[in-house]
Amino acid sequence: MLSRIAESLFWIGRYVERADDTARILDVQTQLVLEDPAANEAATCRAVLSIMGARPPGDDDLDVTRLVELLAHDQSSPESIAACLQAARESAWRARETLSEPLWVAINTTYRAIDSGSFRAMRRDRGLRWVRDQAALINGTADATMTRDEGWQFFVLGRTLERADMTARLLASAALSPGHAWTTTLRACGAHEAFLRARRGLEIDREVVGFLLLDRLFPGSVAYSVTGAERCLANLESDAHRAGVESDARRILGRARSELEYRSVNDLLADLPGAMDRFQRSCAAATDAITRHFFAGSEALAWHGTRQ
Amino acid sequence: MATAVEWAPDHGTRAYDEMYDGAAVRPEYDALRSSLDTLDGADLRSRIDTLATSYLDQGVTFDIGGEERAFPIDILPRIIGADDWARIDAGVQQRVRALEAFLADAYGVGRVFADGVLPRSAVVSSGAFHREAAGIVPVNGVRCHVAGTDLIRDEDGRFLVLEDNVRVPSGVSYVMTNRRAIGSVLPEVMSAHRIRPVAGYPQALLAALRAAAPAGVADPTVVVLTPGVYNSAYFEHALLARTMGVELVEGRDLECRRGRVLMRSTRGLEPVHVIYRRVDDEFLDPVQFRADSMLGCPGLVNAARAGNVTLANAIGNGIADDKLIYTYVPDLIRYYLGEEPALPNVETWRLGDDAAREEVLDRLDELVLKPVDGSGGKGIVIGPAASRSELDRLRAEICAHPRAWIAQPVVSLSTVPTYADGAMRPRHVDLRPFAVNDGDRVWVLPGGLTRVALPEGELIVNSSRGGGSKDTWVLAGRTTRPVPASAPAAVVPAPEQASPQVAGPALRDLTGRQAQQEQQQQTGPGPC
Repeated sequence: MLSRIAESLFWIGRYVERADDTARILDVQTQLVLEDPAANEAATCRAVLSIMGARPPGDDDLDVTRLVELLAHDQSSPESIAACLQAARESAWRARETLSEPLWVAINTTYRAIDSGSFRAMRRDRGLRWVRDQAALINGTADATMTRDEGWQFFVLGRTLERADMTARLLASAALSPGHAWTTTLRACGAHEAFLRARRGLEIDREVVGFLLLDRLFPGSVAYSVTGAERCLANLESDAHRAGVESDARRILGRARSELEYRSVNDLLADLPGAMDRFQRSCAAATDAITRHFFAGSEALAWHGTRQ
Repeated sequence: MATAVEWAPDHGTRAYDEMYDGAAVRPEYDALRSSLDTLDGADLRSRIDTLATSYLDQGVTFDIGGEERAFPIDILPRIIGADDWARIDAGVQQRVRALEAFLADAYGVGRVFADGVLPRSAVVSSGAFHREAAGIVPVNGVRCHVAGTDLIRDEDGRFLVLEDNVRVPSGVSYVMTNRRAIGSVLPEVMSAHRIRPVAGYPQALLAALRAAAPAGVADPTVVVLTPGVYNSAYFEHALLARTMGVELVEGRDLECRRGRVLMRSTRGLEPVHVIYRRVDDEFLDPVQFRADSMLGCPGLVNAARAGNVTLANAIGNGIADDKLIYTYVPDLIRYYLGEEPALPNVETWRLGDDAAREEVLDRLDELVLKPVDGSGGKGIVIGPAASRSELDRLRAEICAHPRAWIAQPVVSLSTVPTYADGAMRPRHVDLRPFAVNDGDRVWVLPGGLTRVALPEGELIVNSSRGGGSKDTWVLAGRTTRPVPASAPAAVVPAPEQASPQVAGPALRDLTGRQAQQEQQQQTGPGPC
């Protein structure tokens, strides 16, 4: 598979996941502000922006409407859902010949709703649900129509890495914010019901962190996502040696996962923001390593435009 | 329910209308007209709306100046009868064979010049003549793996050749997508006809490309080379790559080493044997052509000359579709094939001839003037529609560069009813059939791209000038009617009732209860 196409598929996976997660986070946070009379709207919005790695606007009048504008609709801010879905479509257009027809149409029609303004015109909660629905449609269509070849591995690799990274961001922010943050975090991960069933409703920090970080059966947990990413990398290196680990990316992810798995939850809780920050750095380093290892061919341009 | 498809034929012009013979409907269009007459206006309009949005959703688009637009398609197909098609098929094949012979000769020994059929100067003065192509001998003798021949229908209903395209003819993707789109919005109309299919094109193209592989390569790797996503025909490049199951590469994906072409893959560099390139000659190889081009790959031409990679279509083909050479094609057909042309050219003046130029300069206001190297309708001046000052500028231009222009009479292109302003109105069309040459035979896709000029009276049909398109139906002749296969009777017997083993708990529950309810009804008091 061409390096350039592999890179496009990797990023389609990431962008769609990012749009999906951003919609979940926005949905939960806006409801939280609405339902909690004690909530400081501006501070909450600022915290959400910082989790998403977005620069908060300079002025003070930050409210939920502004937050939704920035993180959902503003195409000029790269963290927004609109920008992610546009980027996913751009990547899909570049990899057009490798995508199945229904997968392409699912991505393209999603983007068209943004381009035509119909996403912006939706009521807030309906719009955010629409994003989650579209992400599910895209992922489901990919699941049903893509051959499990390299392209699929890159697509899932992008999705799982992004998911691990987003869950880590949420946990870090939950540790920083007071009050009901654990329930909120569970809901933002779409994990509330799964958690209640698995842990019998004990919503205390130790249980929630243990679940979202380390549960081996819940697809949104960090450990589950990282394991998925590692499996993709292993499949991509099927001709690897029988001993040892071939690529930097796998080594980085494996180490980051062990770092979480082999520490006690109490230990992790003592410095959750620090641990999550280290984990996110590992995700970024793994992305760099993947880019160098698999996509490097697509960037080199040797010709400098002189006749020899 | 009154029929509301409003037909607004125009009997005022000289143009040949393909649907109406005066007032009556021509036989090819009988079934189409009567199927459409059963639709009511609201139904038709909703189908037209579906058609309009479906191309945007599917991304069947082209790019104009960075803006992506849906390729416009009209709901009413254009129909070509079996006899007409047989002539087109023969004529296109013949032209491609003659042009292949001409290219081999012109880049080879030049017999055609020595025999005085065509002056050598006409070829070497062409902007598309590349000495770089001279050393490259195609493995199976093919230089025009794909050709697109533009045809028009004159006032008498005769098909004439307007120009040849043997460099990178585009539009075939719309032939295939148009068929699918019309099939989904007018299924009952389509099923009232027997239409020759167009879906086989990618397989025919792939077979021809594989047949052109360098000698000794048993299982060649074929790729499609695109200038990139901002090229107006990117959709087509992607569709062809996808339907052939090959990689779509950009110049930056390729690398030439020691006379071989490799592509950058996730597993390192992999060899490439046949490149169906959709990049123009000038941008293909900065070593040989434009040094500033990033669209191709340095070293491609050397790899082709070394016989390690096949470029399809070949470099330097432009001399065969130069509009000055076009005027000689009927002679080339007679010279190389010993046949009379099956499809005539449009009458054309060569402005290098003094007498012809004198006559043309006197009659500029009644002729069409075309630059010989223009494509996409660029630079064409239609005399009757041009202003005084435009004609003066043109006159000076022609006197300065007579080789650069040809002149033709204004041919009123035929019309086909087209949906515009709420009714079916006649609009001018042309036709581009596509031919694929695998070295053994030239195959013409039954159909082709019908382009339609949407503004009333407009004669330029290019999509870059706001033109639309129509699905083009070539009717199967009576003699080729396939024997209808009898349906295999009851090979797989349908189960009489759903087997409980295959239903999940919910369905089991549902059907169980339903059965109980039915039983209860049966055992209840009868209606006596």
